[in-house]
Amino acid sequence: MATSVVDHAPASHHEPHTGIWSWITTVDHKRIGILYGVTAFIFFLLGGIEALIMRIQLMKPDNTFVSPELFNSLFTMHGTTMIFLGVMPLSAMFFNYFIPLQIGARDVAFPRLNAFSYWVFLLGGLFINFSFLINAAPNAGWFGYANLTSNQYSPGLNTDFWVLGLQILGVASMAAAINFFVTIVNMRAPGMKMLRMPMFVWMSFITQILLLLAFPVITIALVFLMMDRHFATHFFLPEGGGDPILWQHLFWIFGHPEVYILILPSFGIVSEILPVFSRKPLFGYTAMVFSGAFIAFLGFGVWSHHMFSTGMGPFADAFFSLSTMLIAVPTGVKIFNWIGTMWGGSLQLKTPMLFAIGMVAQFIVGGLSGVMHSVPPADLQQTDTYFIVAHFHYVLFGGAIFGLTAGAYYWFPKMFGRMLDDKMGKLHFWMMFLGFNITFFPMHFLGLNGMPRRVYTYPGDLNFEFWNQVQTWGSLLLGVSFLVFIYNMWKASRRPADAPADPWRGATLEWLIPSPPQEFNFADVPPVHSATPAWDLRRAGGGTLPEPQRVSGAGIHMPRPSYWPAVTAVGVLVTIGSILFTHAFSQWYFITLTGAAILIYGIYRWAYEPAF
Amino acid sequence: MEKSSGLVRRLARQAPALCLLLLIAACAKDYPQTTLQPRGDFARMVDDLFRTTVVWATIVFVLVEGVLLWAIFKFRGRADDPEPRQVHGNTTLEVVWTVIPAFILVAIAVPTVKTIFKTSDYATGPGVVQIEVIGHQWWWEFRYPELGVVTGNEMHIPVGKTVNLRMTTADVLHSFWVPQFAGKRDVFPGRYNPLWFKAEVTGIFSGQCAEFCGVQHARMGFKLISETQEEFDAWVARERIGSPLVNAGTVPADTTTPADSAGRAAKLAADSLEQAGRALFSGAGCIGCHAMVGTPLASATSLKGPNLSHVGSRQTLVAGLMPNTEENLRKWLANPDSVKQGTLMVLPKKLTDAEIATLVAYLRSHR
Repeated sequence: MATSVVDHAPASHHEPHTGIWSWITTVDHKRIGILYGVTAFIFFLLGGIEALIMRIQLMKPDNTFVSPELFNSLFTMHGTTMIFLGVMPLSAMFFNYFIPLQIGARDVAFPRLNAFSYWVFLLGGLFINFSFLINAAPNAGWFGYANLTSNQYSPGLNTDFWVLGLQILGVASMAAAINFFVTIVNMRAPGMKMLRMPMFVWMSFITQILLLLAFPVITIALVFLMMDRHFATHFFLPEGGGDPILWQHLFWIFGHPEVYILILPSFGIVSEILPVFSRKPLFGYTAMVFSGAFIAFLGFGVWSHHMFSTGMGPFADAFFSLSTMLIAVPTGVKIFNWIGTMWGGSLQLKTPMLFAIGMVAQFIVGGLSGVMHSVPPADLQQTDTYFIVAHFHYVLFGGAIFGLTAGAYYWFPKMFGRMLDDKMGKLHFWMMFLGFNITFFPMHFLGLNGMPRRVYTYPGDLNFEFWNQVQTWGSLLLGVSFLVFIYNMWKASRRPADAPADPWRGATLEWLIPSPPQEFNFADVPPVHSATPAWDLRRAGGGTLPEPQRVSGAGIHMPRPSYWPAVTAVGVLVTIGSILFTHAFSQWYFITLTGAAILIYGIYRWAYEPAF
Repeated sequence: MEKSSGLVRRLARQAPALCLLLLIAACAKDYPQTTLQPRGDFARMVDDLFRTTVVWATIVFVLVEGVLLWAIFKFRGRADDPEPRQVHGNTTLEVVWTVIPAFILVAIAVPTVKTIFKTSDYATGPGVVQIEVIGHQWWWEFRYPELGVVTGNEMHIPVGKTVNLRMTTADVLHSFWVPQFAGKRDVFPGRYNPLWFKAEVTGIFSGQCAEFCGVQHARMGFKLISETQEEFDAWVARERIGSPLVNAGTVPADTTTPADSAGRAAKLAADSLEQAGRALFSGAGCIGCHAMVGTPLASATSLKGPNLSHVGSRQTLVAGLMPNTEENLRKWLANPDSVKQGTLMVLPKKLTDAEIATLVAYLRSHR
């Protein structure tokens, strides 16, 4: 009889595990993961609604459903939201919840830093979206090209919300990246050598390295831009001797690795799901590790392929063209190894598997169109058109979102102890698959036939209406598919928590403990002899695993809850956000100093608070 | 029902577009701004290269997706099936599927690099028409420094002759794009970017700004008019009358006056409506932003708005937004912001209907 230890012998401390206060003070990586997931999913839906409004506006030529100003804010915030508040924190949910479980750790290396990351992310997301309420939503594009972002061409707070909001979110990303990097390096179970780590942990590990190297670049660029806008410098202003193209280089040195930050976690998730549902180990494990690392490395040497139309000259064009083509090789290796994993397997076509296969099938399309515009002369026709919109949605929606959704179905039982309905999941998959392809495939045609991006409308005589209409219907289907997903989760929440520890015959450590796991994860960490430790134990047990029992956590020390990370996060928000007021009144720096005081006091109390 | 059967009909009509490669070209003729029907040498080189990539992409797509689908159907298993053979990898296969894509990429890379070098830099030499392109929020200025022409939103070029563009911007980044003639090229403040092409046929073609440049980025279109050398020469001769470059003495004035010039002056003097419009144009402040023949600022070359000296002869109004008709011009002058929300054209004062009528007559008389 599995009884909860929490009932009679609280595992560690002392605090109640319910109520809002317990969520605010939690340092448990699993609860922080859930916080990340819920918050990011809400932002994701918001970004989806922004997209649907744009789709309705574009349904017919010369439409006036939204004003040009609002449309520009919508596409700016759609991109910003989906990248920084949707896909990245949804990945962070899985990092949080599953990196410690998959490596056999009791928590991340710095549990309170982890809580801090979440609170900064939440406050940054609220800050940047608050701009909608005062009619000052960012409107210069998620790429914020100078010199449109200068005070002269973007007066008002719109661009300030964007600059400062991204700065705040960057703090969260950096703190989290350091945390996961250290966790993976230091806290693996005995026997789990680097080349025995689950592929999700590997891809997460590479992602953290990318974050650590790419985010400082955008931070610097944003500081420059903030200085230009508020403190009369002219890094990007030609009239003062600055150069707008500097922004593009800095932005894309960050921006291209960012693409891999968004997609590698999904690569990892799919590399977990395909073997489990093919009942066969990942084909070419080592090739998968090194191709991922190679993609990430090359990702820093291709940024100017976003800039072929800027006229860099033939030598730069040729270099960045060839380096971009080179990335197709390790990407192809990944796809072939996924297919190799399925080949000869015994495919169990459950919902997570469908989403994982969908991810592979659609990522191929995005990869091929990527090769098409690695050809600079051809890119001169394709860049800034809907062809590019099609391409990166195949990569980031068809790839990243499908992968993350696969992960959600795969790990939902582990996180909440309840199975999602498989029939409804399959309905969700087919609606999303059709909706996605109807929405985004025709964009290839529109782009090649001359429809530019970022236009709030188009004239009727260019004949863009038909495909735009088709796309809008597709996008509505896509939107509805998420209602099915939400309904599925809601239904599951009303069922008893009776999911088995291992509903899928999983290969990795998280399936060896009860669903949901106890606060301390593992009372005893099992020995690891391969990349598939749960399969090793299952084979040793003659094909079955005993259902793990909930055990007493007496004697296991878990970190104490703390509200200082949240307080410190407020300090970050106020310190950075106060720059908004530089033009409003001359004593703005009192707000900055207040924020800094909260920040420093928070860190001080946090540092001197006993951890256990 | 009516509506859905209409949709089915339209789907059927558009269905060929679903087939890649050959058929996309066939469908392209319905799209006046398509990249798939090149009408200039630059665009044709790009198109050839693009078609090479489409062929390779289609082959890879069919093969890889085919193998994936095959695997899904062939290896479907049931929950109680025995465990399949545990295969961990195959080094030969890894080498094969690393090397084959690399060869395909080389096949794409070689023509790519060749075309990069062929399509870069300025075109020079005798017979090349030099044009200066200046992006503005949200319209295009075209200057022909050697011919003495300054115009807006309508570029005339002689067919069969290479035109060389030297491009910059007066404010933020824009991108010059006429898909049927050449790829995009961004323009930056304080520097010049090159682009060149040669029209293969005559006709009127659509172009549009392709780099996001603020509120009305969507309404920054222009027309490219490719015409015979005779038509082009006639256009140049007409445009030179009242050209700021000619008036300022940047280029020498013509020694002979085109035939219709004297007649027009007489007509202008006779028509009181146009007279009133002319007075209003100077008196109300329009000349603060627009150069115009016969006004004190006729020789200004760096004003905010387009040179209007020949606005009556243009195809469209407001950066390609609407056909150049009396009705549209009246609508525009009554309230520019309601036609193009956010436009930087600010009327010095609200115009009465009578005043608008005089301005319309005045502007349309300038052909």
